[in-house]
Amino acid sequence: MIRQPANMLIGSALLIFIGGMALTAMVWTPYDPAAIKLISRLKPPSAQFWLGTDEFGRDVVSRLMAGAVQSMTVATLTVAFAIIVGTIAGLVAGYTRGTVDRILMVFSDALLAFPGTLLALGLMVISGPNKYGIILALGIAFTPSVLRVVRASVLSAREREYIEASRVIGNSEFATMFHHVLPNCTAPIVVLATSMFGWVVLAESGLSFLGLGVPPPAPTWGNMLSAARTYIERAPWLGLAPGICISLTLLGINLLGDALRDRFDPRMEQK
Amino acid sequence: MTSGTSSPLLSIRDLRVTTSNGFPILHDVSFDVEAGSIVALVGESGSGKTVAARASMRLLPKAIKPTSGEILFQGRDVLTMSEAEIRKVRGAEIGMVFQEPMVSLNPALTIGAQLVEGLRLHEKIGVEAALERASEMLARVKIPDPAACLSAYPHQFSGGMRQRIMLASVMLLRPKLLIADEPTTALDTLTQREVMEIMVDLTRTFGTAVLLITHNLGLVAQYAKKVIVLERGKLIETGSVEDVLHRPKEQYTRTLIDALPKRDHDRKPLAAAAPLIEARDVEVTFSGAGNMFSTAEKKLAVRGVSLGVQPGEVVAVVGGSGSGKTTLGRAMLGLLPLSGGDVLFRDRSMASADKVAARDFRLQCQLVFQDPYSSLDPRQTIFDIVAEPLKHGPKLGRAEKTERVKEMLNEVGLSGLSERYPHALSGGQRQRVAIARAVIRNPAFVVADEPVSALDMTIQKQVLDLFRRLQENHGFACLFISHDLGAVSRVADRIVVMQQGLIVEQGSTGDVLDNPQHDYTRALLEATPTLGIAA
Amino acid sequence: MNALTKYIGKRLLWTLPTLLLVAVMVFFLVRMIPGDPALLILGDDASTEEIAGLRASLGLDQPVPLQFLYWLGNVVRGDLGNSISNGAPVLPLMLGRFQVSATIVLVAVGLATLIAIPAGLIAAWRQNEHVDVAIVAASTLLMSVPSFWLGLVFLLIFGLNLGWLPVVGFVPFSENPWTAITYVILPIMTLMLIEVGVLTRMMRASAIEILRLEYVMHARAKGLSERKVLLRHVLPNAFAPTWTMIGLVLGGLLGGIAVLETVFTLPGLGRLLVDAIFARDYPVVQGCLLFTAMIYVIVNLIVDLCYPLFDPRVTAS
Repeated sequence: MIRQPANMLIGSALLIFIGGMALTAMVWTPYDPAAIKLISRLKPPSAQFWLGTDEFGRDVVSRLMAGAVQSMTVATLTVAFAIIVGTIAGLVAGYTRGTVDRILMVFSDALLAFPGTLLALGLMVISGPNKYGIILALGIAFTPSVLRVVRASVLSAREREYIEASRVIGNSEFATMFHHVLPNCTAPIVVLATSMFGWVVLAESGLSFLGLGVPPPAPTWGNMLSAARTYIERAPWLGLAPGICISLTLLGINLLGDALRDRFDPRMEQK
Repeated sequence: MTSGTSSPLLSIRDLRVTTSNGFPILHDVSFDVEAGSIVALVGESGSGKTVAARASMRLLPKAIKPTSGEILFQGRDVLTMSEAEIRKVRGAEIGMVFQEPMVSLNPALTIGAQLVEGLRLHEKIGVEAALERASEMLARVKIPDPAACLSAYPHQFSGGMRQRIMLASVMLLRPKLLIADEPTTALDTLTQREVMEIMVDLTRTFGTAVLLITHNLGLVAQYAKKVIVLERGKLIETGSVEDVLHRPKEQYTRTLIDALPKRDHDRKPLAAAAPLIEARDVEVTFSGAGNMFSTAEKKLAVRGVSLGVQPGEVVAVVGGSGSGKTTLGRAMLGLLPLSGGDVLFRDRSMASADKVAARDFRLQCQLVFQDPYSSLDPRQTIFDIVAEPLKHGPKLGRAEKTERVKEMLNEVGLSGLSERYPHALSGGQRQRVAIARAVIRNPAFVVADEPVSALDMTIQKQVLDLFRRLQENHGFACLFISHDLGAVSRVADRIVVMQQGLIVEQGSTGDVLDNPQHDYTRALLEATPTLGIAA
Repeated sequence: MNALTKYIGKRLLWTLPTLLLVAVMVFFLVRMIPGDPALLILGDDASTEEIAGLRASLGLDQPVPLQFLYWLGNVVRGDLGNSISNGAPVLPLMLGRFQVSATIVLVAVGLATLIAIPAGLIAAWRQNEHVDVAIVAASTLLMSVPSFWLGLVFLLIFGLNLGWLPVVGFVPFSENPWTAITYVILPIMTLMLIEVGVLTRMMRASAIEILRLEYVMHARAKGLSERKVLLRHVLPNAFAPTWTMIGLVLGGLLGGIAVLETVFTLPGLGRLLVDAIFARDYPVVQGCLLFTAMIYVIVNLIVDLCYPLFDPRVTAS
């Protein structure tokens, strides 16, 4: 009760900070994040380079900002893909039941039989490391969870008497689905989309860390950490900032997710 | 038993309870429970009766605290006892039975484990001996196979059985006081009576006093000696059951008494006419959840029922849970597929009807649901809910439509609430909305499926009166489904009694109520609470 | 008991189609990789006849469904082919690597569970009080840290700055148990901390749910102490959802452990897969995908089979 506004406040503040970083980077960064300057290789943090430079002499602050752009684009597009495809499939599966439902469920079961990132890893083998491949791979990997959640809430909404009431009134199945079922599924979809955003940021940075995500020279937090691993003894500062950025993003998402979940809790609504 | 023979077992003195943000729930309430007696604490939802009872065991949620007054149990103040002392009182001296039998037993433990647990906590007794005692007690609450019950899990029992097991679990310790918080509200009429009889019998044998919390004055009249009436946290009236129920001093008490079902006037008999809708040998089968490895078990829910409803007639279908009454109602509306027989609407077969006829039929029929909490879409305003049926049927202009909805809301007494959402309404108000939605299109036939059984007694009466008034004004035919003969007697022209998917008795309301033929009808009738005073 | 055996039988039977589905997916996933496997195996300077010969012996000239059945037959016999890069049979290669990954994951999740249960229970019991706020804040924070970064930070602190533990490498347990432990302490600690966050929150959420139910009130009304109420009535019921979560976490870790193995240079299954992807060693890729997915299915099966211990209701209906 007391914590809820705090969750919302801190969570949104963190996300606004990261989002602001990405938006700024689209028009301005302190240095060119891709400019290689071998004279200033592996410089520790200083007044000139706030967070030091990497093995090619590139400014870490600029690369962090540019990395935020990558992370946010990948996450937004992936979540959009999974939510749109998953919601449509889930509505259709939950509402028609029967054969269509069974076919969709077989597909989603097959995809869900793989632990999340493994499937993305497998799909990345096909597409090879590139930005759109990763969006598609993660999107496909996360779609079945959306399908599941939407289908489950459609099924539970169907049990509600107001759905039967809508039919008794004379509404068509389609009208019932759009006016009564879908609006009552938005809460779980919003909550899921929020957490999924976090998973995608994490998965993308993990894949990039492995060298299977967004390929260099485009800076991402994941591939920055990967380089930092190599130079950990000579330049330990390289490893800190990207990790902190990922953690802050995830923390923001988790706090916001908690706040949303509390807000949409049906018990709250009953009161 | 206690030091002073004249001092009451439980004595609540000027008890004030407030929420953590200062909102008062009980205002200086005082009452006594004498040893061995049955005292009823009566009030509607929100009257604070449950809070008063839970405070006596110091089991209030953290956000609710007693701020002044005392609760003396055998002369000692419960509120000032140490944690260890109060734990010795709980279970051993004061036992408690809750309303919801479905969630009051731990699903992960066997019945035996849960029964023995309390016994071994308060008495020095071995497991074997404890199980023996538990088994005896289960036999006393009429559980068929006590030994098997001990090793079974709660989910294997019905609501009525679970409530008896709860009772056994509590009475096993022979407490001096039993707090029964709406112990039978969630059960149907017959089971309700069964559980009450067992409870009264058991407490009388053990000399246990009972604080019976209920909104049902019928139960009070039947079982209690003394009654305490609470309204919004204030004590309204207290006295012997005779005095309070027959010579109530307060208006609120009178309202409660008026809410009890009684047959004030029988409805005028209708002239014989051709039935508007008729079920002919209707059969409905439910196939259990089948899967790819086993063929589903088929269960006949309705086994060949024939029943006609005349235009403007209200036919009540009465029966316990599992009697098939709800299924019959749904089947007559075409919401469930028939596995045999036919439904005729204005002499047209619905089983073989084409799409147009089926839609025409659908638009002339309506359904009122049991649970007002789930029958309204939480994301629509009251206005939108009531207006929605007008989308179908004759086209209306916007102004006309608004006018029609306003009229309807006015008729059900909700004129000021059209812009609210369902969660901001009380149960009774929600049911009025559901009724308005059903009636707005002037249907020819309405099925009302237990429309009042989820409501408090006083609200039940108001909703039933409204329903009857609407029926008289609009003249729709109605199938009124209920487990409660009391509610039925207020609205029905004719009563049909169902048991296990079959009609066992039918006749005019007067005949069935005054001269029941079937044993099952008689049992139902006996179990219906009225204001007769306990012997 | 009849209901229980029925539940177990049903659950076991359902595993077969899932496993088959996994096999189909893996087969087609690898088939979709652009490029001719025969060309890949033989290298660019192979002659056309050599390639055709290998294609025939691999069965690549057969129709696809037949190829699948042929492959499936081999898989069932335990033959997952040979690695392209070093010619070693894939299955023994994977089993050796799996041991490393499994040890780390199991120990880490086991420890995490031991911490998460009491922490979640206490947080739920003291909901919205200081203890609860602290536990929720700590676990949310832990949940938000990526494992590979936390591992990196630990390496910096314990390996480089303090010099307590080795930074790079791995020693098998059979060689020198003591040294072996020094190499796995950091990865285990890293994983454990991250999973503690997830599991504590899960445990807390389900315990809060249970604490609202009437049987908890009933247990208190019997005179049970708070400790007994929590241990006997809240814990078993609240643990059921957490138990399912543990299954998901275990499986998820098997898929995602590659990053951690990269940080700590451990020769685990995840690293084998990633190296194989870079080396375009498709038999190994195929084998690892199949093996990990099957482990995941089996872990979930075990979790489900144990579920009735915490919630007897699942056997009903």
